[in-house]
Amino acid sequence: MENYVLIGGLFAYLGLLFGIAYFAEKRSQAGHSLVNNPYVYALSLAVYCTAWTYYGSVGNAATQGPAFLTTYLGPLIMMPLWWIILRKMIRISKIQRISSIADFISARYGKSKSLGMLVTGICMLVIVPYISLQLKAISLSFYSISSHQVLVDERTILQDIAFYSTLFLALFTILFGARRIETTERHEGLVMAIALESLVKLVAFVTIGVFVTYGVFNGFGDIFTKAARHPEWQKLLTLDSDSGLNDWFWQLLLAMATILFLPRQFQMAVVENVNENHLRKALWIFPLYLLLINFFVVPIALGGNILFEGQAVNADNYVLAIPLFFNQDLMAMFSFLGGFAAATGMIIVETTALSVMLSNNLLLPLILSHPRWRSSLAEGSVSLVLIIRRVSIAVLLLIAYLYYDRVVAASPLVSIGLVSFVGVAQFAPAMIGGLFWKRGNRTGAILGLVGGILVWMYTLVVPTLVSAGFLPQSILIEGPFQLHWLRPDSLLGLNGLSPIAHALFWSLLVNCGFYIWGALRFSQDSLEHSQAVLFVDVFTYSEKMTGSVSWQGQVLITDIESLLSAFLGKERSFRLMAFLKRRYGLDTRNPFAEPQLVTYAEQVLAGAIGTASARIMVSSVTKEERITVQEVVYMLKESQELIALNRKLDRTSKELKRAGKKLSLANEKLKKVDKYREEFISTVTHEIRTPLTSIRAFSEILYDNPDMGSEEKEQFLGTIIKESERLTRLINQVLDLEKIESGKANLIFEPCHMPDIIREVMDSLSQLAHEKGIKIESKFKSRQSLFRGDRDRMTQVLINLVSNAIKFCEKDKGYISVESWEIGTTIWVSVIDNGPGIEGHFQSRIFEKFYQAQDKRSKKPSGSGLGLAITKKIIELHQGTISVESKPGFGACFLFQIPTQPEHNP
Amino acid sequence: MIKVVIAEDEPSILLSLEFLMKKAGYQVYIARDGAEARDIIDRELPHIVLLDIMIPGMNGYEVCQYIRSSPTLTNTRVVFLSAKNKDSDREYGYQIGADLYIPKPFSTRDLMTKINMLAVSVRQF
Repeated sequence: MENYVLIGGLFAYLGLLFGIAYFAEKRSQAGHSLVNNPYVYALSLAVYCTAWTYYGSVGNAATQGPAFLTTYLGPLIMMPLWWIILRKMIRISKIQRISSIADFISARYGKSKSLGMLVTGICMLVIVPYISLQLKAISLSFYSISSHQVLVDERTILQDIAFYSTLFLALFTILFGARRIETTERHEGLVMAIALESLVKLVAFVTIGVFVTYGVFNGFGDIFTKAARHPEWQKLLTLDSDSGLNDWFWQLLLAMATILFLPRQFQMAVVENVNENHLRKALWIFPLYLLLINFFVVPIALGGNILFEGQAVNADNYVLAIPLFFNQDLMAMFSFLGGFAAATGMIIVETTALSVMLSNNLLLPLILSHPRWRSSLAEGSVSLVLIIRRVSIAVLLLIAYLYYDRVVAASPLVSIGLVSFVGVAQFAPAMIGGLFWKRGNRTGAILGLVGGILVWMYTLVVPTLVSAGFLPQSILIEGPFQLHWLRPDSLLGLNGLSPIAHALFWSLLVNCGFYIWGALRFSQDSLEHSQAVLFVDVFTYSEKMTGSVSWQGQVLITDIESLLSAFLGKERSFRLMAFLKRRYGLDTRNPFAEPQLVTYAEQVLAGAIGTASARIMVSSVTKEERITVQEVVYMLKESQELIALNRKLDRTSKELKRAGKKLSLANEKLKKVDKYREEFISTVTHEIRTPLTSIRAFSEILYDNPDMGSEEKEQFLGTIIKESERLTRLINQVLDLEKIESGKANLIFEPCHMPDIIREVMDSLSQLAHEKGIKIESKFKSRQSLFRGDRDRMTQVLINLVSNAIKFCEKDKGYISVESWEIGTTIWVSVIDNGPGIEGHFQSRIFEKFYQAQDKRSKKPSGSGLGLAITKKIIELHQGTISVESKPGFGACFLFQIPTQPEHNP
Repeated sequence: MIKVVIAEDEPSILLSLEFLMKKAGYQVYIARDGAEARDIIDRELPHIVLLDIMIPGMNGYEVCQYIRSSPTLTNTRVVFLSAKNKDSDREYGYQIGADLYIPKPFSTRDLMTKINMLAVSVRQF
């Protein structure tokens, strides 16, 4: 194909990429995000599939068999765990405003500057060659379909398509990957472009697959039958049973780690994630993508083998060579663009991620830890940070290009990819431990990472250097210093593993070992500990606690403000401060910032310049009093005491509530008593007014009518006397009842003889009964009937009962019988009459004060209405009971019983 | 002649009221409970009714309400005589149509002045 056609196609594609990215940015600024949907998110994750996938998988399958699958099976196996691990990473990163994997590890281990630098360094070391690899893929693919073949050695930079591609990618990444200072703000244009690239490479690869399978051959069966005839190729269809399984395990593990921890995967899956819930859809779309893009790998590989048998065609190039072989230029072009998309997608995202790390976790901390540079930087440096980041991008790509030009050009695609993978896998212990194990600490993480990466270098990089001629061959064959057990490809004599599996095993062993040992051996400082808790328990704290409790010193709000405006720009910081003042309801008169505000400002700053750098900057204005572990312990203790106090308060308030309830109950009772008393008083006054009315009326009548007849005068005077007596009796009884009820009635308990008392009462009332023509008699069934009691009060009881009976009995027909008897230690007394009786519903209330049995027809009985109430009280004071039985029209029977010996004198 | 009904269950008070009314020259009818009072009132269509409130059967309030609801008794004056002496009792009495509410114990002269005035007002119709 002519170069200008190719280059034209290439630039048309790049133009499309720019256009899409620009459009997405514009839409995003207008508030219509194109990226905010799970499909774009899932497609952007497919940045995992690089040119290595696109070309290398086929190459690998054509020469090694199904081993290439591990790279894609790993992520598939990992999928279910994504929900646990990736969601947690996303949540943490959103809260802590984490911008890269270096930032993540640095933040987790106490916002450690050194860890951030270490991780950034490792990423550079591991990823830059990987980028070079992509450049190589671009160059290789270009020249393999170009009709102008230029030998690699004779080519100058200016003749190299990879160089121009690098330039364009640098431009694109600077434009869309380093737009804003806040790295946690998403790069929507970039994400959209990557999603498009994922789509292009998938469609291109599937097109080639379909072409090979159904155009060139006659379906899968045809290809496999033809391939099976060749013994070499037949082997490609089966797993090598000896070392194969073991290798598979390690390679799966490798892919599982890298799908999470590759900087570009972190960038896409975590930093660019819009909504945690997009993960749900990505959980099946992304695996589906991997399945589709791998579906035709084997047919293409075998088809290529069959077609080019005996020819010197690189298997990596089959996807291009096959359409060219059949003169399908357009398809070859499309295929080339698919590979180009795979390469550029990876380069763009990886470079973006690396540049953020480089600026935020390596360069800025270095600059900021120098006081003089720090102060000059703090004076207004939005653009400086961006410049650093943009220069980083350019420098990174330049290094990658140079590395490609000098070193990579000669080695196959897959091997460098896998070497990179092993390097990235070194993050696994620090990341997984950091997510789920609170004890994991900075020392352990540093030791593990350093150890792991050293082993990685020794086992994987050294052999590369040897084969490149930088080191003597003897190291590989005899081991360094002739120590056989130190040979890089079989440490301690470990044989039978592929170099990748071997390296992974040893590096992870050393890494995990150091990590765990360091965690157990050393302790965390307070910031480290609080960060560990915030990470591991992110789902518990996420809403409430946005930062660790670590800013103690007094900070002027103006300092914070100027800090923010230095890094975020005046306008942005002004809006932010306004928001913060609203959110935390800040008192504008207070010149000092609340701790939450400082924490929040630190996080915002962390989003711009990285966790560790932000910490340095904020601590420079806070004149921070670093919290010691003792202080944290003290704070914890304090809060513990607070909790205890709280609990006590809670208990007290409960007791108070109970007491309150009791009080209100007592109050209720009191109210009842009060009401009762009020009623009593109102009844008493009413009862007093009645005789008083008569007395006054008759007195006035007599006074006003001095000349009335003597008979009438006598009658009136008699009424006055009678009513006066009634009034006296009433007053006496009220006072008597009051005396008894209030316990002031001192009963004198002495031996009494019930028959004697009854006889005495009968004698005193016989005159009254006789006057009314009423017959009264008494019967004593036992002669003894001795008891301890108050003689006068008992006499009062009997007088009340008998005189009541006399009062109610009909004249000349009445009959009253008083009986007493003794059963055991109880004396019983009954007073029976043949009067009108008491209706059933009155019987129970007859002993109440002023409850006079009211007969509707006949006149109201005379009396105070207190007699029976007093009677009952006296009986009760003798520890006895009284009751009444009656049938209306047939008389009544009052019956009481008292013990002969009351248990104790009241 | 002015007809006066006295409804009172306390015999001594009844006696004094009967004496006072007769002496003032009124025709007196005596009832010892509410039902009896109602019967007499229905029969005699009195000009003035003296009502104790706490009487058996129908109480004084009920008798008053009966009078106020009867079309033949529009010219009957109702006077409560009661030992119930709270403001609320008195208000209730006037509310249901009493012309006078006189608390017990009362001054006989005061009582007679008021009754006589009522009698005068009755005569004018």
